[in-house]
Amino acid sequence: MDISKNLKYFFILPAALSVLALLAIGLWGLKPGIDLAGGSLLQVSYTSVATGSGARPDMSAVTGAIAHLGLGEIRVQPTGANGYLLRQRDLSNTEKNTLEQALGTLGTVHEDQFTSVGPILGAELLQKAWIALFLVTLCIILFIAFAFRHVSKPVESWKYGVVAIVTLVHDVLIPTGLFAYLGHVRGAEVESLFIVALLTILGISINDTIVVFDRIRENLGINQDRNRREEFASVVGRSIMQTLARSINTSLTVVIVLLALFFVGPASTHDFSLTLIVGMIAGTYSSIFLAAPLLVAWQQWTAKKVLAHNK
Amino acid sequence: MFAIRYSAVLVLVVAAAVGFFVWKTNAPTNPFAFKLGLDLSGGTHLVYSADTSKVPPAQVADDMAALQQVIERRVNAFGVGEPVVQTQQGGALGNGAYRLIVELPGVTDVNRAIAMIGQTPTLEFKLVKPGFEASTTLADGSVNPDAFQDTGLTGTYLSSAALQFGNGSSAMASNPVVEVTFNSQGTQLFSSITDQNVGRELGIFLDGKLLSAPVIQEKIDTGNAIISGNFTAQQAKDLATNLSLGALPVPITLASTQTIGATLGDEAAHAGVLAGLIGFLALSIFMIFWYRLPGVVSVVSLGIYVALMLALFKLVPVVLTAAGIAGFILSVGLAVDANVLIAERMKEELIAGRDASHAIREGFSRAWNAIRDSNIAHIIAAVILFWFGTSLIKGFALVFGLGVIISMLSAITISRTFLLALGVSASSRVGRFLMRSGFNL
Repeated sequence: MDISKNLKYFFILPAALSVLALLAIGLWGLKPGIDLAGGSLLQVSYTSVATGSGARPDMSAVTGAIAHLGLGEIRVQPTGANGYLLRQRDLSNTEKNTLEQALGTLGTVHEDQFTSVGPILGAELLQKAWIALFLVTLCIILFIAFAFRHVSKPVESWKYGVVAIVTLVHDVLIPTGLFAYLGHVRGAEVESLFIVALLTILGISINDTIVVFDRIRENLGINQDRNRREEFASVVGRSIMQTLARSINTSLTVVIVLLALFFVGPASTHDFSLTLIVGMIAGTYSSIFLAAPLLVAWQQWTAKKVLAHNK
Repeated sequence: MFAIRYSAVLVLVVAAAVGFFVWKTNAPTNPFAFKLGLDLSGGTHLVYSADTSKVPPAQVADDMAALQQVIERRVNAFGVGEPVVQTQQGGALGNGAYRLIVELPGVTDVNRAIAMIGQTPTLEFKLVKPGFEASTTLADGSVNPDAFQDTGLTGTYLSSAALQFGNGSSAMASNPVVEVTFNSQGTQLFSSITDQNVGRELGIFLDGKLLSAPVIQEKIDTGNAIISGNFTAQQAKDLATNLSLGALPVPITLASTQTIGATLGDEAAHAGVLAGLIGFLALSIFMIFWYRLPGVVSVVSLGIYVALMLALFKLVPVVLTAAGIAGFILSVGLAVDANVLIAERMKEELIAGRDASHAIREGFSRAWNAIRDSNIAHIIAAVILFWFGTSLIKGFALVFGLGVIISMLSAITISRTFLLALGVSASSRVGRFLMRSGFNL
């Protein structure tokens, strides 16, 4: 397969998805979870109900009972068969007790979990997250520059690094865009585990890109040793075909276990596994259909420029 | 060949022993049982900010250590199994603010936990100024601040406090009281105060409230004082405990609370284990169908990898959280990564016409560069995550990082040993079928 002929088609999907992701982020933004922005979350379940026959009191009864407590805006959401999730600003212990007492007037209520994070702690974690994201990216650029320091023809080694970063941006952009969308449609929040998932995607996705680049490097070396002339585009095409099964299968194995985690795993890692699944698929696609074609496009563009200059 | 087979059997025996160890040490009382984090076992996680702004910088570390000790004593008095009390500095990012982290497994009544940790009784002894004996309290019942003079004697000078019942010599014959014992400095101070002020009243204040103001009859140099005030037995007992546990060296405020009910934690733990089992099974099916013999070998070495990791969790020990289990499941998916790389390379070597044993050796050595590079990238991510971490993220990063290292070892050494030990010949049709993969035969 000569990918140089079909180059522009490969770009369409990742480019379109990136634009959509950017639009979603720009339009709806990301909703930070309580561990990053401060706030509190109370999960309760009802074992018996004072009035009515349901497993839990009506939503309107709940919002009515807690409306006048002076705890700011409280968002109520049903959970499980007989429970509610309540999200609000961070609460002191006394305030939480007031809230639980109000809920207790509607039936026998049991506290399943409660989390309250002060705003300072949240801001600190958010700041750390940015630094971690920056550090991982930096380390990966350095690592690629080091790994490809001997490759210089016909594409300089730093270009591999730049292309790898563009690919990584794409891989992180897609799940982020998805969460902006999910935040819009079902109030999904971005928690510290989301950032962990992004950082993990960075570490894993670079892997696929490295394997393809590694094969290009090897094939270029073999051509040089045997004194064979071959178009750069065709070397890249050959390398992609050689690593295709490997790239897809290594991601597939990870996606298989992540799907198990997504469908039967604990609720607290539900969004985490979703982020990883989307990031993994985006990462595999981009290492095959974005990274390598980009290298070819760049090489051809430079070659054209040189040609024009020589005329 | 014989040596290879011998070591393959040895690996299997060791793996079986490790598996047996993991299997047999799961009783909750066993010292090697899995350590579950609060989100899986249920419990309370509290983060306090310590206000060290009034402490000289050189003394902050000492004060934080003292704070940790005081809180540890308090938490232990609370009777919690395996509590964790840690101090942590927010680092340059958090403006160097100090934190105190308290984890109470099994405690879901956060009210009592917070009350227990947060209550800092301040005990003060103040002399009543001459002429003010009749007006120690104002009309509204509050303490008249003009009536008292500080003596410098406070709860800081206590060495212990105990619940007592009155000795029957007064009206409060059998009322519960608290007997406090001063340390040597406190004894001296108390002795000189009582010596110089015989006949005057000495007010005893608890948390700013006047409890009683007995008249000093004589010099007391035994270092004991009785605190009375209409206590119930429980109140007196709590006060005695709080006083003995000591005062907090720096004020603390609650910055974050997390409580997870035992039922919810239990559900999460079960879901995590189930997800792991299903993931492993699905992965095994895929590997065996696609890669055949190398697939079977990779599943066996993956099983050994899982046993090794679980044993490590027990021995280190690693505290398992939901995020940690997710990290482990992810690492299982990544662990076959190396096997896939090797199997694909081997196939190429076989297509190029090499015999099985050569193809295996070549496949392993040529896949090594890619395996090394990708694992370095994973380890970079794990290290940064560990640094970034709150305890939740640290749990993930530790499991993930350990997994990457162990899986590299198991893929390279164990899979290779098994493949060579099986000694399949690629010259026969069956042999070729077994060693290749996919559908493009």
